[in-house]
Amino acid sequence: MASSNRASFDRQLEELQNDLLELGGMVEKATAKSVEALRTRDLEASREVVADDDKVDSVRFEIEEKCIQLIAQQQPLASDLRQIIAILHISVELERIGDYAEGISKISLLMGDAAPLKPLIDIPRMAGLASSMLHRSLDALVARDVEAALTVCNDDDEVDQLYDQVFRELLTFMIEDPKTIQRATYLLWTAHDLERMADRATNVAERVIFSVTGKLTETNASKY
Amino acid sequence: MTNKPETSTAIDYVLQARDVAVYYGGFRAIKEIDLDVPRNQITALIGPSGSGKSTLLRCFNRMNDLVTGSSVAGKITFNGSDIYDHAVDPTEVRSRIGMVFQKPNPFPKSIFANVAFGLKINGFQGDLQEGVERSLKAAALWEDVKDRLHDGAQKLSGGQQQRLCIARALAVEPEVILMDEPASALDPLSTLKIEELMRDLSANYTIVIVTHNMQQAARVSDQTAFMTMDEDRAGHLVEIGPTNEIFTNPRNQKTEDYITGRFG
Repeated sequence: MASSNRASFDRQLEELQNDLLELGGMVEKATAKSVEALRTRDLEASREVVADDDKVDSVRFEIEEKCIQLIAQQQPLASDLRQIIAILHISVELERIGDYAEGISKISLLMGDAAPLKPLIDIPRMAGLASSMLHRSLDALVARDVEAALTVCNDDDEVDQLYDQVFRELLTFMIEDPKTIQRATYLLWTAHDLERMADRATNVAERVIFSVTGKLTETNASKY
Repeated sequence: MTNKPETSTAIDYVLQARDVAVYYGGFRAIKEIDLDVPRNQITALIGPSGSGKSTLLRCFNRMNDLVTGSSVAGKITFNGSDIYDHAVDPTEVRSRIGMVFQKPNPFPKSIFANVAFGLKINGFQGDLQEGVERSLKAAALWEDVKDRLHDGAQKLSGGQQQRLCIARALAVEPEVILMDEPASALDPLSTLKIEELMRDLSANYTIVIVTHNMQQAARVSDQTAFMTMDEDRAGHLVEIGPTNEIFTNPRNQKTEDYITGRFG
């Protein structure tokens, strides 16, 4: 498809997309690690997630700089322009997802030696779903697959339902015994971070749809 | 597939081409052109070399009549009237539909005389001084030249010469200005001035511009038409639409391939 007169531009675009996928991989790992560390009370792992977030931020800035350079050098149009703008937006979404993973790790550190209020069941489930949504939205970017991106958006409802469930459960704990309020709040914050994470993954999928079709759409108005 | 703008009574089209073809002897340069040019807007024609952009542009004020062996088929109307009708005087058409060329072509006379020429051929009866000043102001050249109106036009920079040619064209009081690569011989700063000027002029005039510079088309025009040629080498219209859509999300793959540099 590419002819020789834009070989270097095509190479730069591919590099940019690979950088974005690398960033996606980093925040996906951070998400899984932050929730696993919270569950197993592995404070060392929580500290690592917090420290590694600097790397996430710097990769995001590298992507932003490359986007700016490509726009200045190549003056991209049509699908090229949309792809670069989509990558620019997605890099911001990924960085925020990284921040949520960092936030969950900080909650874990705040909890210190205390055991979680209850065994974590729905929270790891939320994390798994949010990670899967993120992963699939980036796969859809590579495949330029609008259908796959739409599936990601639809899955957000499931995360919202889990969040409702966690909220109701923790509320019951707090009503029954106000001494649990602090520990319940920690878990509520965690669930909230994961709910936001899924919303960000939905935003990524929406940018994929924009990149492929040129249409800016809010696919699935999140409950939160 | 050609995407034509929706025909609507709300849009006032100054120029309309229907099934236009141009032949140079036995060679068909363009074919099957349907194009509507809305009033007081800028329409850009883009496409690879040889796709017939300039040929189409020259149809709109019967400039092709001046090319020996050329003939135009189909219909072109200006404010609803067929400009190729036998009763129509081509000179009258050209006074209503002016043209600015790639290379500035001022007459080897003074700045004043260049603009006054435009006024005189239009039978201007008023104060010549005032008329020249008005045209030069409209072409954003007045401030540059007001103290040296009687200097030779050749002393001006390329960008100024092009604005002088625009002033000369405006002096004839046309409704439409056709521009064939008006900034391709100019440096970036002069180019920007011409583009600014085009935006200002579009309040009162209809402009059709041929340009190879896609960023220029994207910056200045309201609608963009993409032309290309088939294997028979005849140029034709692939897609026309609002400029912001053509450059961000064209409907036709050929347009996409051309503007992203994959072809052409």
